[in-house]
Amino acid sequence: MMKNNEQLTKEMFQKVHDNFEHAEKINRPSVSYWADVWRRIKENKLAMLGLILIISLSILAIIGPYINGYSYYEQNFMEKNLKPNAEHWFGTDQLGRDIFTRVWYGARISLFIGVMAALIDFLVGIIYGGISGMASGRTDNIMMRIAEILYAIPYLLMVILLMVVMEQGLWTIILAMTLTGWIPMARLVRGQVLQMKEQEFVQASEALGAKTGWVLRKHMIPNTMGPILVNVTLTVPTAIFAEATLSFLGLGIPAPQASWGTMANDALDSILVGNFYQLFFPAILISLTMFAFNVFGDGLRDALDPKLRK
Amino acid sequence: MFRYTLKRLGWAIVTLWAVITITFLLMHSIPGNPFAKEGTMPEAVYNNLQHYYNLDKPLVVQYGLYLKQLAQFDFGPSLKSKTITVNDYIVNGFPVSLHLGMQALVIAIAFGLIFGVIASLNRNRWPDYVSMVLSIIGISVPSFILATFLINFVAVEWGLLPVATWSSWSHTVLPSVSLAMMPMAYIARLMRSSMLEVLGQDYINTARAKGIAKHMIIFKHAIRNAILPVVTVLGIITANLVTGSFIIEQIFGIPGMGEMFVKGIFNRDYPVILGSTIFYAAILIFLVFIVDIAYTFIDPRIKITGESK
Repeated sequence: MMKNNEQLTKEMFQKVHDNFEHAEKINRPSVSYWADVWRRIKENKLAMLGLILIISLSILAIIGPYINGYSYYEQNFMEKNLKPNAEHWFGTDQLGRDIFTRVWYGARISLFIGVMAALIDFLVGIIYGGISGMASGRTDNIMMRIAEILYAIPYLLMVILLMVVMEQGLWTIILAMTLTGWIPMARLVRGQVLQMKEQEFVQASEALGAKTGWVLRKHMIPNTMGPILVNVTLTVPTAIFAEATLSFLGLGIPAPQASWGTMANDALDSILVGNFYQLFFPAILISLTMFAFNVFGDGLRDALDPKLRK
Repeated sequence: MFRYTLKRLGWAIVTLWAVITITFLLMHSIPGNPFAKEGTMPEAVYNNLQHYYNLDKPLVVQYGLYLKQLAQFDFGPSLKSKTITVNDYIVNGFPVSLHLGMQALVIAIAFGLIFGVIASLNRNRWPDYVSMVLSIIGISVPSFILATFLINFVAVEWGLLPVATWSSWSHTVLPSVSLAMMPMAYIARLMRSSMLEVLGQDYINTARAKGIAKHMIIFKHAIRNAILPVVTVLGIITANLVTGSFIIEQIFGIPGMGEMFVKGIFNRDYPVILGSTIFYAAILIFLVFIVDIAYTFIDPRIKITGESK
């Protein structure tokens, strides 16, 4: 035995050190938060249908008005109230305008209003709610009281009132919608910020001397993005619906421009004489768009909420 | 409890005051003058009209006068009609609108709860899918589109139900259904998710383990707890019904307040717009106040001393 031991050389003792280094190695590719969300939402068929619809509607809104060579304002009295045919795919309206072209032109306006309103609500809400949540104390109290009073005014009533006062036009509609539309977003952001402030990693960051701006940029905003994005997605159909309602009350986009709401309103008289198709196309498109944004928003919420993971 | 009620009431009044002030300022910020376009009006007549409607006084005085009027429940005269005041419009139109609104609210709550409960009890089976498809349609299809489709098919093509005017009960069916669809869908979805959450709670398992009959568990434990979120959104739902009724009344030709409001908008009849906006806002603020108070009774767990988060 002793003899064997003497034969042990230094080369026989290899360091196992390297193996420990591998113990902590992550073999699978690391999945970022958003990749994870994407993976979950991909499994939700309804949400994916919504996303596909949103994308196709957007593409058609861009190229649709140029496809069959008519313009949205061109009137042709020889060809009015035509049923859908090879020449006019969706027929023509009571002024002889091509409904196919107008419907996609209207998609532009309706989608633009929806997306712009959502974006402005998002920006104002995140700033107001962020300041209110970070400030806390008296500033927070006053800011939230103001928001609460404004929020108590019924949304559509306020929008209608503003449209009566202001001149009609695309931007005034967006302004009227966002004037009180930002409040739910601000309340959501504030709630999220208050929740975040209690979290250890934020307190650690503050303890290390991080300034408010840094905490806001690096911790608050990325961590509160989920519910906020859901809210943005669900604001779009609300705005499109409000615009259609306004147009239906004659407070919408001025002619010859068209939105789905004004087209549906114009077509209202035509259903009594049997030209139901004039109402059908804008009506279906409004409903499809609302459907798409609603199911996508719902899917996004389910994908973002870890509590619902099954 | 009493202090909480008083506090909520105080907030309701402040909110109402804010609405009155905002709408008043908005209406008076419109450039121009309601009588300017009447053409060659003698100076004296013009001055008289201005004086009659208090338009010759400073804005602050007008505001004070208007508040005083409102305190006496007087919404002032209409600009377009010489004989009918805004009060007359409200007195004539409100009962009709209330009838329509209540009918729609009952449909929305009853069917919304039924669909929601059925869907949650049959999760991922066909009753769930049917309810959810219905509620997705309800949320996606705006009420005015649903209304026009119903008019076109149910009334015009198939001749099942009458439309226009407000004379018999059968006239009220289509407007109520079109108005109720969106809130119904909303309630159904809310009730479904709320029920699913409650059904997963420990006390449901306990009740089941004790051998309590299934219907008793559903009615006494699950629904009673799951209904709470629905109560909180009743204020919003009523607001939706009210704003939705403008268009529904307009489409179906129902002589309610909504139709009068829309006409006021078309005619730019500012006292009518101002008066009905304030009236609507007052009703809604009152309802939200009632819901807030009712909520503390229904759910004793709610902390009434704490600030709302």
